[in-house]
Amino acid sequence: MSHAVETKPTAIESPVASRNVIVALNVLGLIVLLAAPFFAYPLFLAKVLCFCLFACAFNLLLGSVGLLSLGHAAFFGSAAYVTGHALKEWGLPFELAALLGTASATLLGFLFGYVSIRRTGLYFAMITLALGQMIYFLAFQLPFTHAEDGLTAVPRGKLLGLIDLNNNFALYYTAAFIFLAGYLLIYRITNSTFGQILKAIRENEPRMVSLGYQVERYKLLAFVLSATLAGLAGATKTMVVQLASPVDVHWATSGDVVLMAILGGAGTLFGPVVGATLVEMLQFYLADSGLPIQMVIGAIFVFCILVFRQGVVGEINRLMGRG
Amino acid sequence: MSSQVIFGQLVVGLINGSFYALLSLGFAIIVGLLGIINVAQGTFYMLGAFGSWMLLNYLGIGYWPALILSPLGAAIIGMALEKTLISRVYHLDHIYGLLLTYGLMMFIMGAFIWIYATAGRPYPVPEELRGGFNLGFMFLPKYRAWVVLMALIFCFGTWYAIEKTSIGRTLRAATENPKLTRAFGINVPALLTFGFGVGVALAGFAGVMAAPIYSVSPLMGGDLVIVIFAVVVVGGMGSILGAIVTAFSLGLLEGLAKVVYPQGSNMVIFVIMLIVLLVKPAGLFGHQR
Amino acid sequence: MADALSLAIRDLHAFYGDSHILHGVTLDVPAGECITIIGRNGAGKTTTMRSIMGLVDQRRGAIEIAGQNVIDAMPEKIARLGVAYVPEERGIYATLDVTENLLLPRKINDRGMSIEDIYKLFPNLKERRRSQGTRLSGGEQQMLAIGRVLRTGASLFLLDEPTEGLAPVIVQQIGKAIEMMKSQGHTIVLVEQNFRFATKIADRHYVMERGRIIDMIPRAEVAGRAGQIQQYLGI
Repeated sequence: MSHAVETKPTAIESPVASRNVIVALNVLGLIVLLAAPFFAYPLFLAKVLCFCLFACAFNLLLGSVGLLSLGHAAFFGSAAYVTGHALKEWGLPFELAALLGTASATLLGFLFGYVSIRRTGLYFAMITLALGQMIYFLAFQLPFTHAEDGLTAVPRGKLLGLIDLNNNFALYYTAAFIFLAGYLLIYRITNSTFGQILKAIRENEPRMVSLGYQVERYKLLAFVLSATLAGLAGATKTMVVQLASPVDVHWATSGDVVLMAILGGAGTLFGPVVGATLVEMLQFYLADSGLPIQMVIGAIFVFCILVFRQGVVGEINRLMGRG
Repeated sequence: MSSQVIFGQLVVGLINGSFYALLSLGFAIIVGLLGIINVAQGTFYMLGAFGSWMLLNYLGIGYWPALILSPLGAAIIGMALEKTLISRVYHLDHIYGLLLTYGLMMFIMGAFIWIYATAGRPYPVPEELRGGFNLGFMFLPKYRAWVVLMALIFCFGTWYAIEKTSIGRTLRAATENPKLTRAFGINVPALLTFGFGVGVALAGFAGVMAAPIYSVSPLMGGDLVIVIFAVVVVGGMGSILGAIVTAFSLGLLEGLAKVVYPQGSNMVIFVIMLIVLLVKPAGLFGHQR
Repeated sequence: MADALSLAIRDLHAFYGDSHILHGVTLDVPAGECITIIGRNGAGKTTTMRSIMGLVDQRRGAIEIAGQNVIDAMPEKIARLGVAYVPEERGIYATLDVTENLLLPRKINDRGMSIEDIYKLFPNLKERRRSQGTRLSGGEQQMLAIGRVLRTGASLFLLDEPTEGLAPVIVQQIGKAIEMMKSQGHTIVLVEQNFRFATKIADRHYVMERGRIIDMIPRAEVAGRAGQIQQYLGI
């Protein structure tokens, strides 16, 4: 295996382990997902799953297309607000509220994508950051967002009119279901023809253009899909924590999701899940310790960029590839 | 709409534009010379302000020495970071430089919040610059005029240094073709370190100037740096002149916006950025790459 | 001249990433001599020049300039020893005007030419001295690329394809400039596809193929081995 220094963010590669190991790991993962609420606080786990989905959605853009979006909180947060409003002010059942929230993220994704896709690399990143900041300001202007207070005490309502989401287990399994659906969708997208084309575009865009591919359309579609799933994560998060606030659209949240992807391994499918879990757990434990969360996050960021660019899962893959 | 209100807002706009300009200038130098998007530019602005506050409250050193000492301190910190950390990512995709400086920003900001909390601390306007001028149509505080004047001087001075002096010539050459420039006997790595120092010193200087106007807090510069991104995108990445012109224009436009439609004033730059990106993506003064 | 530099390359290997370009290049240039490196495109001639200048990241072997091994040295240090590089692509800065391009390279000593003397050598440059670098014609850019290193006081010159794509009139001017550099006792390494031009100036010719030196032809033998030379050049 070539040990050429990886100078660009890696594309999502299939793990190098044998098929059996992969199947075993997947089954193990599923078991963990189903059994977890019996061992840890379901509310916290559900929240973690929302961020896992958020991170995976974000990584669809980074890992597959090679585009670093620094404003992804815009999709996460706007869906969070819309869903919160739908649940609180309109009393909609969760599935409809989530649908609305996700749809708003899709729309926003299309608008932002249309403008940003024209550029790549650094330019693209800066544009998304600025666009994300616009949404942040809007979150303070629009009447329905209630500025700094945000939307509080958002009712969870009933799922499909039957299941009371205030039951912790119902809540958790709903979040788990949504996460799993989203994750499988991303898996399908990445491994489909569409995903292969995205990868080819990422590797050699001029070549794909000369071959006649409508490169911009593919990138835009990937962007919209990424935004949609990020929105779904945000919508679910509002239901879980019963809150939508400006933090959800702040650049720090956009930064957090970048860290989750890179820490976990942006070149892998499962990496962002690991990264999100680690970051959420870290924030949870640090909150009580008195240590500055931001400082620790910053230090981990610097560490990852300098010596740990492949991330946890990426490093595991690399080690397994050697063995 | 009284003319006093309009002029008042335009002055505020000029002040803001002055800070945008000083920060964008340093940012543009760093982007052009090092190819690094310095997300921590706002952090060095904060460090400059805190530096002057610390000098005053811990060592009794006032505004005037702080104007030199604080940016110097910022430069030293910046150059140390460049030599030890930032230079390690030059050979990588530019994204990593952005992410690294983002991490540094989080780390430094987090450290200061931990030690000093988020509440703002006041810094007094220096004696000599208190009071103001009655211009008839408005009252212009001396310190505000000072800020605008200094910003203009520094912007012009930097532009002049880059375009007309030998060190500026060397900087421009190193920006365009670093490898070949080394073949001419110029220590480009040292030049890069120096350039980074200059870039963050400008931010630190802006911080000292800002201290008497805005209270000194670790949160300074966080949201500001995103405006700087937009300014540099609109002005044209790597264009010093573009950054200066856009920064001041933006300040004025925001001031006008506050008079006409206050809620939209902090969106002005982003709307402009969107339009520029759709019409001339290279930026107003930029070159199509 | 006491300060002329000698160049000795021993078993030089050079890599671009994973590509092994030079496979043990060995050649000698005593102080004051003018040699050429000839060969087909892709033989490794430019890589050799860049390696001497320290511009190739991965080098192995020995490169001795006046006896000092610079195989691990940084380009700026090699320049300060008195080595000057005129790249194939000329490397004229677009953001600098002609005068600034001339003034850019660092002076090593006071033995270089003055700006006025350079303008006398290349009058076209004087006319265009305030023009932006890339607004010059190919020939003017080549003159500028050579002129700016004449100011530094360097005494080992690496010239990569100085006459490529130029009109005969300009080629003549370039030839005169190189003759002048020779008469001043400087050491010159020339990469040149134009063999007629090369034979007029150089004492010896090293033939390069696929990253190796495969032959050396002294001036006296050029006429006799013309056929072989043509083969080497792929003509």
